[in-house]
Amino acid sequence: MSEQNKPEILKMEVEALSKNEEFARVAVAVFLARLNPTLEEVDDVKTAVSEAVTNAVIHGYQGKGGMIYLEVEVMDQEFTITIRDIGIGIPDIKQAMEPLYTTDPDGERTGMGFSFMEAFMDQVEVQSVPGEGTAVTMKKKISG
Amino acid sequence: MNQPHFTYEAEGNTLIVHLPEELDHHNCSGLKYETDIILSENYIRRILFDFSKTRFMDSSGLGILLNRYKQMALSGGTVAIYGAGAQALRILKMGGILKLMKLYDSKEAAVTG
Repeated sequence: MSEQNKPEILKMEVEALSKNEEFARVAVAVFLARLNPTLEEVDDVKTAVSEAVTNAVIHGYQGKGGMIYLEVEVMDQEFTITIRDIGIGIPDIKQAMEPLYTTDPDGERTGMGFSFMEAFMDQVEVQSVPGEGTAVTMKKKISG
Repeated sequence: MNQPHFTYEAEGNTLIVHLPEELDHHNCSGLKYETDIILSENYIRRILFDFSKTRFMDSSGLGILLNRYKQMALSGGTVAIYGAGAQALRILKMGGILKLMKLYDSKEAAVTG
Protein backbone atom coordinates (compact mmCIF):
# COMPACT_ATOMS: atom_id res chain seq x y z
CA MET A 1 0.00 0.00 0.00
CA SER A 2 1.26 3.46 -0.85
CA GLU A 3 1.47 6.04 1.88
CA GLN A 4 -1.55 8.30 2.05
CA ASN A 5 -1.56 12.11 1.99
CA LYS A 6 1.99 12.48 0.79
CA PRO A 7 2.49 13.19 -2.91
CA GLU A 8 5.00 11.15 -4.89
CA ILE A 9 6.80 13.10 -7.58
CA LEU A 10 8.60 12.39 -10.85
CA LYS A 11 10.54 15.16 -12.61
CA MET A 12 12.02 14.56 -16.02
CA GLU A 13 13.65 16.61 -18.77
CA VAL A 14 13.84 15.28 -22.32
CA GLU A 15 15.12 16.83 -25.50
CA ALA A 16 12.36 17.85 -27.92
CA LEU A 17 13.14 15.07 -30.39
CA SER A 18 10.38 13.04 -31.98
CA LYS A 19 11.97 9.79 -30.74
CA ASN A 20 11.46 11.01 -27.17
CA GLU A 21 7.67 11.05 -27.63
CA GLU A 22 7.60 7.29 -27.02
CA PHE A 23 10.17 7.49 -24.22
CA ALA A 24 8.14 10.15 -22.37
CA ARG A 25 4.79 8.35 -22.54
CA VAL A 26 6.31 5.00 -21.55
CA ALA A 27 8.27 6.48 -18.61
CA VAL A 28 5.11 8.21 -17.36
CA ALA A 29 3.16 4.96 -17.73
CA VAL A 30 5.73 3.12 -15.59
CA PHE A 31 5.40 5.77 -12.87
CA LEU A 32 1.60 5.59 -13.14
CA ALA A 33 1.72 1.82 -12.53
CA ARG A 34 2.10 2.38 -8.75
CA LEU A 35 -1.54 3.54 -8.67
CA ASN A 36 -2.59 0.13 -10.00
CA PRO A 37 -4.46 1.57 -13.01
CA THR A 38 -6.58 -0.42 -15.46
CA LEU A 39 -5.11 -1.06 -18.91
CA GLU A 40 -7.54 1.50 -20.31
CA GLU A 41 -6.38 4.14 -17.83
CA VAL A 42 -2.76 3.47 -18.81
CA ASP A 43 -3.69 3.92 -22.48
CA ASP A 44 -5.60 7.13 -21.68
CA VAL A 45 -2.61 8.69 -19.93
CA LYS A 46 -0.11 7.47 -22.54
CA THR A 47 -2.19 8.96 -25.35
CA ALA A 48 -2.65 12.31 -23.59
CA VAL A 49 1.08 12.53 -22.78
CA SER A 50 1.98 11.62 -26.35
CA GLU A 51 -0.26 14.41 -27.68
CA ALA A 52 1.21 17.05 -25.36
CA VAL A 53 4.83 16.05 -25.96
CA THR A 54 4.27 15.88 -29.73
CA ASN A 55 2.79 19.40 -29.59
CA ALA A 56 5.91 20.63 -27.80
CA VAL A 57 8.20 19.02 -30.42
CA ILE A 58 6.23 20.17 -33.47
CA HIS A 59 4.64 23.44 -32.40
CA GLY A 60 6.43 24.69 -29.29
CA TYR A 61 9.89 24.17 -30.71
CA GLN A 62 8.92 24.07 -34.42
CA GLY A 63 10.99 20.89 -34.84
CA LYS A 64 14.15 22.83 -33.97
CA GLY A 65 14.68 21.19 -30.59
CA GLY A 66 14.83 22.45 -27.01
CA MET A 67 13.98 20.88 -23.68
CA ILE A 68 10.63 19.49 -22.53
CA TYR A 69 9.98 19.41 -18.78
CA LEU A 70 7.64 16.80 -17.36
CA GLU A 71 6.45 16.84 -13.80
CA VAL A 72 4.19 14.14 -12.45
CA GLU A 73 2.55 14.04 -9.04
CA VAL A 74 0.46 11.22 -7.65
CA MET A 75 -1.49 11.41 -4.45
CA ASP A 76 -4.46 9.37 -3.21
CA GLN A 77 -5.15 7.95 -6.69
CA GLU A 78 -5.06 11.42 -8.26
CA PHE A 79 -2.60 11.66 -11.14
CA THR A 80 -1.37 15.11 -12.22
CA ILE A 81 1.11 15.84 -15.01
CA THR A 82 2.52 19.09 -16.31
CA ILE A 83 4.30 19.13 -19.67
CA ARG A 84 6.13 22.38 -20.31
CA ASP A 85 8.22 23.84 -23.08
CA ILE A 86 9.98 27.16 -23.49
CA GLY A 87 9.13 27.40 -27.16
CA ILE A 88 7.14 29.91 -29.22
CA GLY A 89 3.95 29.75 -27.17
CA ILE A 90 0.35 29.86 -28.36
CA PRO A 91 -1.15 33.26 -29.27
CA ASP A 92 -4.78 32.10 -28.95
CA ILE A 93 -5.24 29.13 -26.61
CA LYS A 94 -9.01 28.92 -27.11
CA GLN A 95 -8.57 28.64 -30.87
CA ALA A 96 -5.71 26.13 -30.53
CA MET A 97 -7.96 23.90 -28.44
CA GLU A 98 -10.83 23.88 -30.92
CA PRO A 99 -11.30 20.42 -32.45
CA LEU A 100 -9.66 20.13 -35.89
CA TYR A 101 -7.89 23.50 -35.62
CA THR A 102 -4.34 23.16 -36.94
CA THR A 103 -1.60 25.48 -38.12
CA ASP A 104 -0.07 22.69 -40.18
CA PRO A 105 0.15 23.58 -43.87
CA ASP A 106 0.76 20.12 -45.37
CA GLY A 107 -2.33 18.49 -43.87
CA GLU A 108 -0.65 15.60 -42.07
CA ARG A 109 -1.83 16.90 -38.69
CA THR A 110 -5.42 16.34 -37.58
CA GLY A 111 -5.85 19.21 -35.12
CA MET A 112 -7.17 16.69 -32.60
CA GLY A 113 -4.33 16.76 -30.07
CA PHE A 114 -6.05 18.88 -27.44
CA SER A 115 -9.39 17.12 -28.05
CA PHE A 116 -7.70 13.79 -27.27
CA MET A 117 -6.10 15.20 -24.11
CA GLU A 118 -9.52 16.43 -22.96
CA ALA A 119 -11.22 13.14 -23.88
CA PHE A 120 -8.72 10.97 -22.04
CA MET A 121 -8.06 13.07 -18.93
CA ASP A 122 -10.49 14.50 -16.36
CA GLN A 123 -9.06 18.00 -16.56
CA VAL A 124 -6.78 19.86 -18.99
CA GLU A 125 -5.42 23.33 -18.37
CA VAL A 126 -3.19 25.22 -20.80
CA GLN A 127 -1.05 28.20 -19.93
CA SER A 128 0.93 29.87 -22.65
CA VAL A 129 2.76 33.12 -23.31
CA PRO A 130 3.89 33.88 -26.87
CA GLY A 131 7.69 33.89 -26.96
CA GLU A 132 7.97 32.25 -23.54
CA GLY A 133 6.43 28.81 -23.87
CA THR A 134 3.50 26.58 -23.00
CA ALA A 135 2.55 24.45 -20.02
CA VAL A 136 -0.19 21.81 -20.20
CA THR A 137 -1.45 20.45 -16.88
CA MET A 138 -3.67 17.38 -16.91
CA LYS A 139 -5.36 15.51 -14.09
CA LYS A 140 -6.99 12.12 -13.86
CA LYS A 141 -8.47 10.11 -11.03
CA ILE A 142 -7.19 6.53 -11.24
CA SER A 143 -9.63 3.86 -10.12
CA GLY A 144 -6.99 1.57 -8.62
CA MET B 1 17.60 2.48 -35.49
CA ASN B 2 17.70 1.75 -39.21
CA GLN B 3 14.81 -0.68 -39.02
CA PRO B 4 12.08 0.28 -41.47
CA HIS B 5 8.97 1.52 -39.69
CA PHE B 6 6.63 0.36 -42.41
CA THR B 7 6.72 -2.63 -44.69
CA TYR B 8 4.68 -2.91 -47.84
CA GLU B 9 3.14 -5.82 -49.67
CA ALA B 10 1.18 -5.92 -52.93
CA GLU B 11 -1.80 -8.18 -53.66
CA GLY B 12 -2.91 -7.37 -57.19
CA ASN B 13 -4.14 -3.76 -57.11
CA THR B 14 -4.17 -3.77 -53.33
CA LEU B 15 -1.35 -2.26 -51.28
CA ILE B 16 -0.95 -3.68 -47.78
CA VAL B 17 0.85 -1.37 -45.34
CA HIS B 18 2.14 -3.16 -42.23
CA LEU B 19 2.15 -0.55 -39.47
CA PRO B 20 4.74 -0.33 -36.68
CA GLU B 21 4.16 -1.16 -32.99
CA GLU B 22 3.99 2.52 -32.08
CA LEU B 23 2.05 4.63 -34.59
CA ASP B 24 3.04 8.12 -33.45
CA HIS B 25 4.49 11.30 -34.95
CA HIS B 26 8.05 9.95 -34.83
CA ASN B 27 7.27 6.68 -36.59
CA CYS B 28 4.90 8.24 -39.12
CA SER B 29 7.50 10.55 -40.60
CA GLY B 30 8.42 8.32 -43.55
CA LEU B 31 4.98 7.06 -44.50
CA LYS B 32 3.80 9.96 -46.66
CA TYR B 33 6.98 9.98 -48.72
CA GLU B 34 7.05 6.21 -49.14
CA THR B 35 3.38 5.78 -50.04
CA ASP B 36 3.55 8.73 -52.46
CA ILE B 37 6.29 6.90 -54.38
CA ILE B 38 4.47 3.56 -54.33
CA LEU B 39 1.16 5.13 -55.41
CA SER B 40 2.80 7.06 -58.25
CA GLU B 41 4.63 4.01 -59.61
CA ASN B 42 1.91 1.38 -59.23
CA TYR B 43 -1.76 1.06 -60.10
CA ILE B 44 -3.27 0.80 -56.62
CA ARG B 45 -7.04 0.75 -56.09
CA ARG B 46 -7.11 -0.17 -52.45
CA ILE B 47 -4.92 0.33 -49.38
CA LEU B 48 -5.14 -2.05 -46.40
CA PHE B 49 -3.60 -0.89 -43.15
CA ASP B 50 -2.40 -3.81 -41.03
CA PHE B 51 -2.67 -2.93 -37.31
CA SER B 52 -1.85 -6.41 -36.03
CA LYS B 53 1.51 -5.34 -34.59
CA THR B 54 0.35 -1.90 -33.44
CA ARG B 55 0.00 -1.49 -29.68
CA PHE B 56 -0.24 2.29 -29.56
CA MET B 57 -1.50 5.07 -31.79
CA ASP B 58 -2.27 8.74 -31.24
CA SER B 59 -3.65 11.61 -33.32
CA SER B 60 -0.49 11.63 -35.47
CA GLY B 61 -1.31 8.09 -36.58
CA LEU B 62 -4.84 9.21 -37.29
CA GLY B 63 -3.52 12.03 -39.47
CA ILE B 64 -1.60 9.80 -41.80
CA LEU B 65 -4.55 7.42 -42.20
CA LEU B 66 -6.89 10.30 -43.02
CA ASN B 67 -4.51 11.70 -45.59
CA ARG B 68 -4.07 8.37 -47.34
CA TYR B 69 -7.87 8.08 -47.36
CA LYS B 70 -8.25 11.51 -49.01
CA GLN B 71 -5.57 10.62 -51.53
CA MET B 72 -7.27 7.36 -52.47
CA ALA B 73 -10.77 8.90 -52.52
CA LEU B 74 -9.61 11.41 -55.16
CA SER B 75 -8.86 8.58 -57.55
CA GLY B 76 -11.92 6.52 -56.60
CA GLY B 77 -9.93 4.07 -54.49
CA THR B 78 -10.70 2.77 -51.02
CA VAL B 79 -8.93 2.21 -47.71
CA ALA B 80 -9.60 -0.51 -45.12
CA ILE B 81 -8.13 -1.66 -41.82
CA TYR B 82 -7.50 -5.03 -40.18
CA GLY B 83 -6.03 -6.37 -36.96
CA ALA B 84 -6.77 -3.31 -34.78
CA GLY B 85 -6.43 -3.89 -31.01
CA ALA B 86 -8.36 -2.17 -28.20
CA GLN B 87 -6.24 0.99 -27.92
CA ALA B 88 -6.05 1.64 -31.68
CA LEU B 89 -9.76 0.92 -32.04
CA ARG B 90 -10.69 3.59 -29.49
CA ILE B 91 -8.57 6.17 -31.32
CA LEU B 92 -9.98 5.13 -34.70
CA LYS B 93 -13.54 5.46 -33.39
CA MET B 94 -12.89 8.84 -31.78
CA GLY B 95 -11.35 10.10 -34.99
CA GLY B 96 -14.39 9.05 -37.03
CA ILE B 97 -12.21 6.78 -39.18
CA LEU B 98 -14.62 3.86 -39.10
CA LYS B 99 -17.13 5.90 -41.09
CA LEU B 100 -14.56 6.16 -43.87
CA MET B 101 -12.79 2.83 -43.77
CA LYS B 102 -14.06 -0.72 -43.43
CA LEU B 103 -12.76 -2.71 -40.52
CA TYR B 104 -11.83 -6.39 -40.85
CA ASP B 105 -10.69 -8.95 -38.28
CA SER B 106 -8.08 -10.67 -40.41
CA LYS B 107 -5.88 -10.12 -43.42
CA GLU B 108 -7.73 -12.84 -45.34
CA ALA B 109 -11.09 -11.17 -44.75
CA ALA B 110 -9.66 -7.76 -45.68
CA VAL B 111 -8.01 -8.95 -48.90
CA THR B 112 -11.18 -10.78 -50.00
CA GLY B 113 -13.16 -7.64 -49.15
